[in-house]
Order: sequence, then C-alpha cells, then structure tokens
Amino acid sequence: MRFLLRPKTGGLAILAAVIALLPLVLDNAFHFEIAITIGFNAIVCVGLNLLIGYAGQISLGHAAFVGLGAYGAGVLTASHGWDPLAAVGAASIGTGLLAFVVARPILRLQGHYLAMATLGLGIIIAIVLNIEDQITGGPDGMLVPPFSAFGWEPSDERQWYWLVGGFLWISVWLALNLIGSPVGRALRAVHGSEVAAEVVGVDTTHYKVLIFTVSAVLASLVGSLSAFYGMFITPNIASFFNSIEFVVMVVLGGMASTFGAVVGAAILTLLPQALTVLEDYEHLIFGLILMGVMIFMPRGLLPTLAGLRWRRRR
Amino acid sequence: MSLLRVDGLCKEFGGVHAIADLGFAIHPGTIHSIIGPNGAGKTTLFNLITGVYTPSAGRIWFDGVDVTGRRPSDLAARGMSRTFQNLQVFFNMTALENVMVGAHLHLDRGFLAALLGLPRIRRADAALGDEAARLMRFVGLDDFIGASADAMPYGALKRLEIARALAARPKMLLLDEPAAGLNPTESREIDNVIHKVAEQGVTVVLVEHDMRMVMEISDHVLVLDYGRKLTEGRPAEVREDPEVIAAYLGGQG
Repeated sequence: MRFLLRPKTGGLAILAAVIALLPLVLDNAFHFEIAITIGFNAIVCVGLNLLIGYAGQISLGHAAFVGLGAYGAGVLTASHGWDPLAAVGAASIGTGLLAFVVARPILRLQGHYLAMATLGLGIIIAIVLNIEDQITGGPDGMLVPPFSAFGWEPSDERQWYWLVGGFLWISVWLALNLIGSPVGRALRAVHGSEVAAEVVGVDTTHYKVLIFTVSAVLASLVGSLSAFYGMFITPNIASFFNSIEFVVMVVLGGMASTFGAVVGAAILTLLPQALTVLEDYEHLIFGLILMGVMIFMPRGLLPTLAGLRWRRRR
Repeated sequence: MSLLRVDGLCKEFGGVHAIADLGFAIHPGTIHSIIGPNGAGKTTLFNLITGVYTPSAGRIWFDGVDVTGRRPSDLAARGMSRTFQNLQVFFNMTALENVMVGAHLHLDRGFLAALLGLPRIRRADAALGDEAARLMRFVGLDDFIGASADAMPYGALKRLEIARALAARPKMLLLDEPAAGLNPTESREIDNVIHKVAEQGVTVVLVEHDMRMVMEISDHVLVLDYGRKLTEGRPAEVREDPEVIAAYLGGQG
C-alpha cells in the first residue's frame, strides 16, 4: 500500500476509485449530467493548469478553443457528413495548428499584455462563431449528430460518464508524466525565472508555444466531445465568461497542482447547483466563497489542505 | 586559440555607452576576472557575452564560432553557463530540481516519451538526481539536498546557482559576483569551489568586487571603467597600475 502515499500513484488511484464509485451515488440522468460536465471542465483545467500553474503563462481565451473543437466537430459531421471520430481528430488538429501559429507572437508578451492578447483572441473567435451563421448557425446554435466510434454509440448518460471519466483519468495521468519529466521541469523553470532557464539551455519560446498548443488541443477535444454529448451547441460555449471560469477553477483548486485543477473544476461546477436553493443570493454567496478562498488560501484549496496535513504529521 | 574573443563590442542604452569599443580574448583553462568600479559595465558585459543582451555593435566569437546575437539557450548548448548577481533561482522548485534543470541539454527532451512517462525517462531522471546531489555536495550544499529553494539562505542560493551552472557541463563558466554578500568564511569556500572547477578544465570568468579573491585566484584580470578597457594583465601587474589605482580611489593615484 506504500504506493498510495506517493502523490502521483496515490492520487491516480484515488481518482480512479472516485470515478469508479461515483455512479453508486448518482441516482438519475441529471446527476450523471453534472458529473459529466465536471469531467469536461476538469480536463480543460488539467491542460490549462499546465500553462498557468506550471509554465506561469496566463490565458483568458481558452473557452474559444473549446468552441473551436465543438464547432469543428459539429460542422464537419452535421454539414459535411464526416465520421464523428475523424471530425474530432480534424478539429483538434485544426485548433492545435491555430494555437501553434498565434502562440509565438502572443507568448512573446508577458503579464497583463499576454492576458489581453489571449482575451482578444478568445473574443475574436467567439465573434466569428456568432456572425458566420451560414456555417455555424449563428447565435441560434446548431444541432450536432450523435457520437459514434468504431460502431459503438454511447446511448445513455451512464455510458457517456465512463467515456468522460476514462478521458479525464488519462489526461491526469499524461499531465503527471509530463510534469515529472525533463519537459515538465523546463516548464516550471520558465515560470521560476525565464532568463535563468534560457542560460541553462531551455528554449523558453519553444516550451511556451508547446504547452499553449497542448492545452488548446485538450480544450478542443473536450469541446468536440461535449458537442456530441449535448447534441446542440451555441457560440456561448466560447464566451469570455467561460474562459474566466476555467481560470478561476485552476486558481481556486490550486495552481501547479493537477489534482487541484480537478478539484477546482468539481467545486465550481457543483457550487452553482448547490446554491440554487438560496435563489436570489446565489451569486452573492458564490462571490464570497471565491473571495474567502483566495484571501485565506492564496495557494488554492488542494495545496493548502495538503500542506496542513503534512505539517500536522511532522 | 582563444575560447572567447570579443572585438569592437558596444552596447548603448538610450545614448549611454554601457560598453564602448571593447576587445579582449580569454584563453581556455584560465581563471579570468573582470573588475572595475560600480557602473563600469561588468554585468552588461556578462549579459552581452551570454546573449541576454544583443550588442549595438561589435562581434563575439565563442569556441571559434561567431555567436553575436545568438540566444542564451543556443550559447548554453555551445558550452557557456553562468550565474547571476541578483539571484535567478527557480523558487517554485526544490534545490535538487534547480540543479537538475541545469542538465536540461543533456537529457532526452522528447515530448511523447515524457507524456507517456517511459521507463527510460524515469531511469535517466533517477541517475540525474544522483549527479545533481553530487554537484550540490561539490559546492558545499550537503545540508540542502532535500530542501526547497525558497527555504534556503542567501549564501546557499549563490552556491546553488553555481551547481546549476555546472550541471550544464560548460566549457566556460561565468560567475557574476559569486562572493557578494558572503562572510569571509563563505567567501573562502567559494574560492575553493572555483579552484576545483578550474582544475577540471573549465574556463572561469569572474566578475567580483572582493579584491582579495580576485588577486588570489585569477590568472588574468581585465579592468573596466566607464565601459572601456582600462588595462589588462596578470593580477600583480594590474595591482600596480596607476590608472587602476586612480579609477578605484577616484584621485590622482
């Protein structure tokens, strides 16, 4: 049982257990839907956390990449009759290429300027999805045909749950591998001191572009899958508000903590559901909780709680 | 043949000549000191040599290749490594990881292999961890091998930067004021480390204010004043030079 105490294997085992056991307490399709939404958000956050938490670069436009994945897959299947799996692949490659091309000029900027540039990129993509109504259906949205892969079609919420749960687990596993490797150390070095990283031979531009592209592709994959799951998409999926929400999930859960990103996604997806009973005060309470966490736990929920436990054991 | 050659080097900052028409050569296997009063352009020179700044004019050759305007990461790949006067430590990592980043160029940096966590990546990392610990002991950081970088005192961080620079296995190591802010005992320990590094065949270039250290360990001293070369030569020669004395004391010498 020693492996459970190691953060990586232990965390992966706990995540697998949570994913495997959660269906026992989910009684209806609505519960499954929330769990699936958490999974989708968590995958985007795992990718975004590599960019924000580890490489120290901000992006306020990641919902746009989710939108591109959703519309890429939606348009290719609905209007052009593509196979869903091929459409998912093409959308993620297309989004990856776009991210790769814009990353170099964007990531030369730092701090507020980088935030502004990614914000601008996200808003442009959201506008394009809105006004190109002959392709995207405009603000009214578009219908997306059902998903199928190798003749298998996820028929109910439960099957989607396993698909998304598996995808989440694999994303976390890949992210943890990456962080523990020379590539991950290079990313953290970029965060720690860009000039010091350069003088030991880390090509900082290369790594920033790489991780920006990777996180965009992951967001695109989530967008494509969520389009097939919901079977209906609107440009709202790429909205600025969604981009901000992803960033808040990462920061709340704990920057530079992959499991923190998952926890942050889960809490911020669940909280509005839990607060609906408070009706008018929902947004007020939501804001207060966020402020409270940031004031009392500036490192984010998971790293702070893990730090407490560690201190007590000493 | 010289390991580093600088010719007609200039750097302007908005009309101010931080470095003006500077030329010199550094031979392999020597300890070379750059001294001069505050604001003489020593750190600017370091930043130019290591590619952090781009020269306004002039050329720099390293190991027989014209490297003028190359990026620091490119120069690192050619065997140049440095430390900083104002610490540039990765405070978001452990001390050991800081040193491991130093060996970045000597590792398998394949993205897919890293993503899949292939066993060879993990094995190489384990071996690298041992090597990094050895380097930390080499610079006298035995007590900090398990430490987090943000929990280390100033003197230890200075040495951590040296260990990180050495992990890159450089041909030339540039140390920007390695003894600044250290007490005499710590400063002597740094002397020792520099000697040991030079004995291994690494060319050391030093910017330092501690004259005791400069005079004791250098093979060659270059004196800068207002971005120009005042003089250069063996420590004993430089020490006797009336112009050097004047520059330091600000009088007639």
